[in-house]
Amino acid sequence: MSKLSQKHLLGIKNITREDIELIFETAENFKEVINRPIKKVPSLRDVTIANVFFENSTRTRLSFELAQKRLSADVVNFSASNSSVKKGETLLDTVNNILAMKVDMIVMRHASPGAPHYLSKHIKANIVNAGDGTHEHPTQALLDTFSIREKLGDVGGKKIAIIGDILHSRVALSNIFALKKLGAKVMVCGPPTLLPKFIGQLGVEVEFDVRKALQWCDVANVLRIQLERQQIKYFPSLREYTLYYGITKKMLDSLKKQIVIMHPGPINRGVELSSDAADSQHSIILDQVENGVAVRMAVLYLLAGAA
Amino acid sequence: MQKKLILDSDLLDITINRLCQQLIEIHGDFSETVILGMQPRGIYVADIIHKKLEKDIKKNIPLGYLDATFYRDDFRRREVPAKANETRVPFIIEGKQVVLVDDVLFTGRTIRAAMDAMIAFGRPAKVELLVLLDRKYTRELPVAADYVGKAVNTLTSQRVLVELEAQGHKQNKIWLINKD
Repeated sequence: MSKLSQKHLLGIKNITREDIELIFETAENFKEVINRPIKKVPSLRDVTIANVFFENSTRTRLSFELAQKRLSADVVNFSASNSSVKKGETLLDTVNNILAMKVDMIVMRHASPGAPHYLSKHIKANIVNAGDGTHEHPTQALLDTFSIREKLGDVGGKKIAIIGDILHSRVALSNIFALKKLGAKVMVCGPPTLLPKFIGQLGVEVEFDVRKALQWCDVANVLRIQLERQQIKYFPSLREYTLYYGITKKMLDSLKKQIVIMHPGPINRGVELSSDAADSQHSIILDQVENGVAVRMAVLYLLAGAA
Repeated sequence: MQKKLILDSDLLDITINRLCQQLIEIHGDFSETVILGMQPRGIYVADIIHKKLEKDIKKNIPLGYLDATFYRDDFRRREVPAKANETRVPFIIEGKQVVLVDDVLFTGRTIRAAMDAMIAFGRPAKVELLVLLDRKYTRELPVAADYVGKAVNTLTSQRVLVELEAQGHKQNKIWLINKD
């Protein structure tokens, strides 16, 4: 018997190593469930969950919705593009209106960093952060580390390189917190303009040469260039980025060891990762997607159960 | 805390032997029968019985472990959610005779949850329940065991402690404990 130390999952920064391990153990059981002929358990049948997305998402939202349905929860979906937010309603009003309809949990994505943290101070329902701006994306980090653990047996002591647009990436930040808590060695790699100035203070190594990073690591987590978040030019052209930081199968084959390639999706094929690398035996990208449902089931189950 | 010994190692051996003979009497060569041990503690009893049965009838018998945590009816009604365990059912139970095995039958709620969990692996032809210890007069649901190691009169406030060698204990012993 055990429960999480928090009522919400706002970020990896404010949960403990024990929390992460409990989520992993529970996710293993749910992974077995979603591979059964009947993939559904009745645990959350009296729980209603609202997926409140103020920012676009395909994979995360689908993954959360499947996780909720596999747990038998009632689900309502809300996206900002066709709602009263456009008419000028505040975040707190929007959420309070949803909660007035007797909703127990909120899964929220918002473009502003800290939006779910603000909300958690004003509402009673459990909140799961599905991404807040360039801040955190906790369930992605949990499924990434869960996938590493599944593939390599353990996360502790392993060398993980996070490669690409670190500056705009909530996936990078959450991953760094999760990996450090689990005892992994972390390196970030990318063009100097896409690395935050004080990133070294998080206890990670910084490397500008992608080949050196690949030589060093056991796992490379490759991130997408988030053009939609870049108001100014951080590098001359996508083609130049690909020439310097794009990872190809040829590069992977030239290494002395077999490394694991991860990507949180969506992949820009031919930019940060070539097609033959993304589809090679190095890649566990589709395992990440499968594990995403199991990990999100675990998070929802543990938060709802402690209520 | 008062402890009273209900079954010692020798008596437990005799009991397990009897349960196995009863199972063979009903299930013959076990060609249509599978054994499902209930997580977390019923699996040890299932292991012991399975091993003995395979030795007696000299045939492989399918053995699985079933965890009913996600099917419990007390989720969100207790302070801390119950911790889940591994489910391992590497066979189809459609049309099979299933023997569910647990250590102690108390309120019957775990067995109700187990029956729900089991249906996810197919529709069995028949389901039977084997328990090492049946606590009488404590049932909250209409559940009864088909094979009983030993039936005991207990109070709700008492607790039954099953210590098996397979769980790392020195000797097989079953205790009745008065909580105070």
